[in-house]
Amino acid sequence: MTALSALFARDARIAIRVGGGAMMGVLFFLTVVTLVPFAIGPDLALLRRIGPAILWLGALLSSLLALDRLFANDHEDGSLDLILMARPPLELVVVTKALAHWVTTGLPLVVASPVLGLFLNLEPAALSATGLTLLIGTPALTFIGVIGAALATALRRGGLLLPVLVLPLTVPVLIFGVAATNAAVVGPVPFGAPFTILCALTLISSVIGPFAAAATLRYGME
Amino acid sequence: MALIDLANPTRFVALVERVLPWLVAATLIAFAFGLWGAYLAPDDYQQGATVKIMFIHVPNAWLSMFVWATMSAAALGTLVWRHPLADVAAKCAAPIGAAFTFLALATGSLWGRPMWGTYWVWDARLTSELVLFIMYLALIALWRTVDDPSRAGRAAAVLTLVGAINLPIIKFSVDWWNTLHQPASVFRVGGPAIDWSMLMPLLVMAIAFTLLFVTLHLAAMRNEIMRRRVRTLMLIQAERAA
Repeated sequence: MTALSALFARDARIAIRVGGGAMMGVLFFLTVVTLVPFAIGPDLALLRRIGPAILWLGALLSSLLALDRLFANDHEDGSLDLILMARPPLELVVVTKALAHWVTTGLPLVVASPVLGLFLNLEPAALSATGLTLLIGTPALTFIGVIGAALATALRRGGLLLPVLVLPLTVPVLIFGVAATNAAVVGPVPFGAPFTILCALTLISSVIGPFAAAATLRYGME
Repeated sequence: MALIDLANPTRFVALVERVLPWLVAATLIAFAFGLWGAYLAPDDYQQGATVKIMFIHVPNAWLSMFVWATMSAAALGTLVWRHPLADVAAKCAAPIGAAFTFLALATGSLWGRPMWGTYWVWDARLTSELVLFIMYLALIALWRTVDDPSRAGRAAAVLTLVGAINLPIIKFSVDWWNTLHQPASVFRVGGPAIDWSMLMPLLVMAIAFTLLFVTLHLAAMRNEIMRRRVRTLMLIQAERAA
């Protein structure tokens, strides 16, 4: 347990310090949301209607941004080999690294989403609904993303490949994230149905992602 | 002959050479029967002659999922049993599966134009088929990123299995998201909803396309084994020259 908490603290510290890129995702998120009105026009009524979808799409793309660093940096400086040989099971190590990654890159997106929601003319109910669904949904994006990060590291070059591999797998999270948000704001579906499925997706991916990523790292590093 | 005997590529290639002519003949006969039956099948009372697209469209859609199932079995072979030909099987199935998926999308699109009045609608089944197509292409891209086949094989195997778990979830979510496409009418509780005169040619066509897949897959596996041998020989030659 101490080894895992040390790993968590180490990953979080590296991400926050110079060159870590924890805030880069939020900056990207801000840029994407700023670009949308340029593309569709400054119509506040339209922005209010599609605002939750824009926030979700922006968060999805931003969460991809720092993914390739998840294992690649450790692989470059050799610490990944030590982690692979260490005593804690690799699956738990992957969970720990994914959580550290989510806290430093996913959580800032959730915190930033209400501010960006104001730009999109969202009402308070929609702001809190988007924040809540992102809080529940972004861990799923990270846990699906670790599979892509592990594949990219095992294959030595996958920076370009990573979004292509990860994005199709995130379709369900996007669907239920936006559906739950819209259900909370306009209905007619009750909020509970899509929201509980979103929770289920996060739980499923928290199991599948670490196992698949650990398998990839184990086979890929031989 | 057990599956483990086929681990020897030479023996496998010999077997393929022996059965391939028979498979080609069987495929041609099945297609002849299927197309003839499709030609004789009556027009639909609402859709007219365009319903005949179904005889191409539906088998392709079935196979687009069947091929992923085949690749998942091969992926288990790679990861669990380390069967040396499993990654060859998985690699060769991906482009064929992508082709079937593309054909299902293209024929469905051509069928949709006269029936729904548009080539594309964001309907649940079309959309999940499109996601499946993207995943096939991503898998092929993964294979093409790495030059060492066994390393790429294990990575692709993990992704294939993750896809096999995720594809039903994607299908379910997309169904939830939107539904316009007619629900499945062949495999359902209470027997098929289409008439026997149309079902019979459809089943024959499904068998024909499955035979086509097996034939193409075995031929592609043979070619891939040869390609890997050529690659190894060239590597040895390059080492000698150096």
